[in-house]
Amino acid sequence: MSAPLLQVRDVSKRFGDQLALHSTSFDLWPGEILAVVGESGSGKTTLLNLIAARLRSDSGSVHFDTRDQGLQDVFKMTQAEQRLLARTDWGFVHQHAADGLRMDVSAGANVGERLMGLGERHYGRLRAAATHWLQRVEIDPSRIDDAPRNFSGGMRQRLQIARNLVTKPRLVFMDEPTSGLDVSVQARLLDLLRQLTRQMQLAAVIVTHDLAVARLLSQRMMVMQKGVVVEAGLTDQVLDDPQHAYTQLLVSSVLQP
Amino acid sequence: MSQQTIEVHPMPLTTPQESRVAEMSALDGEFNFAYLDERTKRMIRRALLKAVAIPGYQVPFGSREMPLPYGWGTGGIQVTASVIGPNDVLKVIDQGSDDTVNAVNIRRFFERTTAVRTTTATLEATLIQTRHRIPETPLQEGQVLIYQVPVPEPMQRLEPREAETRMLHGLAEYGLMHVKLYEDIARYGHIATTYDYPVLVNDRYIMSPSPIPKFDNPKMHMNPALQLFGAGREKRIYAVPPYTKVESLGFEDHPFEVQRWDAACALCGAEDSFLDEIVTDDAGGRMHVCSDSHYCETRQQAQAAISSPVEAP
Amino acid sequence: MSTPLLQLIDVSKHFTLHNQGGATLRVLDHANLSVDSGECVILQAPSGMGKSTLLKLIYASYRASSGRICVRDSAGETVDVTTASAQTLVRLRRESMAYVSQFLRVIPRVSALDLIAEPLIDSVDSDDAVKCAHDAAKALLSRLSIPERLWHLPPATFSGGEQQRINIARSLIKPKALVLLDEPTASLDRANTGVVVQLIDEARAQGSAIVGVFHDSEVGASVATRYVNVADFRGSV
Repeated sequence: MSAPLLQVRDVSKRFGDQLALHSTSFDLWPGEILAVVGESGSGKTTLLNLIAARLRSDSGSVHFDTRDQGLQDVFKMTQAEQRLLARTDWGFVHQHAADGLRMDVSAGANVGERLMGLGERHYGRLRAAATHWLQRVEIDPSRIDDAPRNFSGGMRQRLQIARNLVTKPRLVFMDEPTSGLDVSVQARLLDLLRQLTRQMQLAAVIVTHDLAVARLLSQRMMVMQKGVVVEAGLTDQVLDDPQHAYTQLLVSSVLQP
Repeated sequence: MSQQTIEVHPMPLTTPQESRVAEMSALDGEFNFAYLDERTKRMIRRALLKAVAIPGYQVPFGSREMPLPYGWGTGGIQVTASVIGPNDVLKVIDQGSDDTVNAVNIRRFFERTTAVRTTTATLEATLIQTRHRIPETPLQEGQVLIYQVPVPEPMQRLEPREAETRMLHGLAEYGLMHVKLYEDIARYGHIATTYDYPVLVNDRYIMSPSPIPKFDNPKMHMNPALQLFGAGREKRIYAVPPYTKVESLGFEDHPFEVQRWDAACALCGAEDSFLDEIVTDDAGGRMHVCSDSHYCETRQQAQAAISSPVEAP
Repeated sequence: MSTPLLQLIDVSKHFTLHNQGGATLRVLDHANLSVDSGECVILQAPSGMGKSTLLKLIYASYRASSGRICVRDSAGETVDVTTASAQTLVRLRRESMAYVSQFLRVIPRVSALDLIAEPLIDSVDSDDAVKCAHDAAKALLSRLSIPERLWHLPPATFSGGEQQRINIARSLIKPKALVLLDEPTASLDRANTGVVVQLIDEARAQGSAIVGVFHDSEVGASVATRYVNVADFRGSV
């Protein structure tokens, strides 16, 4: 355990008069999974978009431990560098698969696109990589030439994960990856995520409103309310011994099956 | 086109040379030389200069309404109108042919608005406006080839957001282009794109060569002529300057290849030209002929000259 | 032995219930406790007196209101779990501290065998390590008399007793310096309880320190080396 993979310092965001995110800081360590929970409008997705450099922060910095050059301020990178980072060492799993996939392009090409973007020009190797990744996310490789438009919601989400992981990133951002899926489908996806993050030593920031998802996947948790992180700690600390009034309300509002 | 609806007068701020040009334009009623007003031509020329300076880059321009519908070559016509001078010799082809409707009409349009000499001979022309072909006869230095372009953005089908494609060009992120070729191979076992086959210009910009057959793609590479591209509806101009590298995309294990035919031209016997298949009767009879009509005619004439003995002096 | 393996110094815990008018529950007050390697300390007190709370404070699932809780980690360093960073706590739990709760937290789709083997595999993912872990897990499943047909099924549909045994196996498969037991035998029959007692004795013999709460005082008596009454930590209210 040498240094944090990601150091977020004082990022904030204002939309007009609306303060969407108060100054927020945290560290993320290699292989660590951090859940960001809170109700809709609490600023968790804004936070995710800021640290993933998909939205410009009004303040602060985000340092990422890059493979080649060590710790770099992501906000100070050129757009080209940011985008290169985003499609190599980072991943982003969207809530709606249509935002993260090319719905009319075959599953194989969806998986291979990042590799082609990095200069892979061998069809056979692209094919092999796509087959391998479809299997890892439990999609029948015979569906390699089908477009995700013809896939179920769970398959689309798994394809989106394969598309992101093909470059073996070290950090993945996930925005409500399991919401909108049937419970049984959700369980499969969660288990898959759990396996892959362990096997690949992936660090992840997962935005979710589902405390059970946070409990299953994350070691650490931040609770947000009205653009402020009101509580943070180990996931079981936050869920079993919530300190803040809002967290207590959140925890006590969940139905225990 | 009724003449009284369009009253274009020479602009007051013209150089002496332009005034002279304007005088010559009294050819067909009230039109300015080459139909467009001088200010528009200057605007388009500026776009062209930028396009030549950045090979393969799509330069936006203020495309004008032309007296023919989009899809009929309004982009190419505006480029031609902006570069044509009284001493130019113009050739217009459509699918390689000098005598199809589109070619005939555009040629007549410039005859009426400029009175320049027109030709069908490839090497005689200084300007060649084309739809969907590059002539078989190799072009030479000093010639200008002007393409009519329906869809200038090669990635449009896969990424419809223009802001996004411009960013991809700006950052030279071209993984998407190979996605298209990958899809071809996955679906058909080979790269099935046969026309409008994407190219990389000068090792920098991915460019649509307009819907020419991929047979013509190699001709763009290091061509001595200046190649200009105009898209009227999409309001884009781009260019490939003379002697510029133009590389057709491909995979290592599925490289770019041009079409080949097992047939020769039924009229001139050419085996090296792009052939059109023509259905000749209701019984399924068909023949292959050169798509480049001038090339075919030239070869036929040469063969006739050899076979019929020349009169003795 | 210079410092004890586990040391609680003036530990207090109260809960503030913000959504019930800010009511404060004082559960522990100035708790002091030292436990050494090879000890098995059984916590006694009527229910609701804070036995589980004390275990959760040590495991850092609960945050102490005041005081220090020091645990010696596998490298011999002393970690105060009330102030340690999340990273340190995660490492401490992975290497040095086990917590066996009453209930198994089921993970969808993961088989009993994989669930038990997981702590041994954790970050290393070589085939050899996986095989070793699986062998150890199978041995443990046999000892706890889980029928072999269940090994490859996810425990979600298992009986309460079976789930509890899976939970014990998962928590004890990797030897740890400090083992916290929160009523681990509550729904087990006599034979299986006997196996758990054996496992606890074995862990202690290997030098683990054990702090436990047992519903069944007979079981507690069979493993205990010392008793501590949590009611003594209620302060002078």
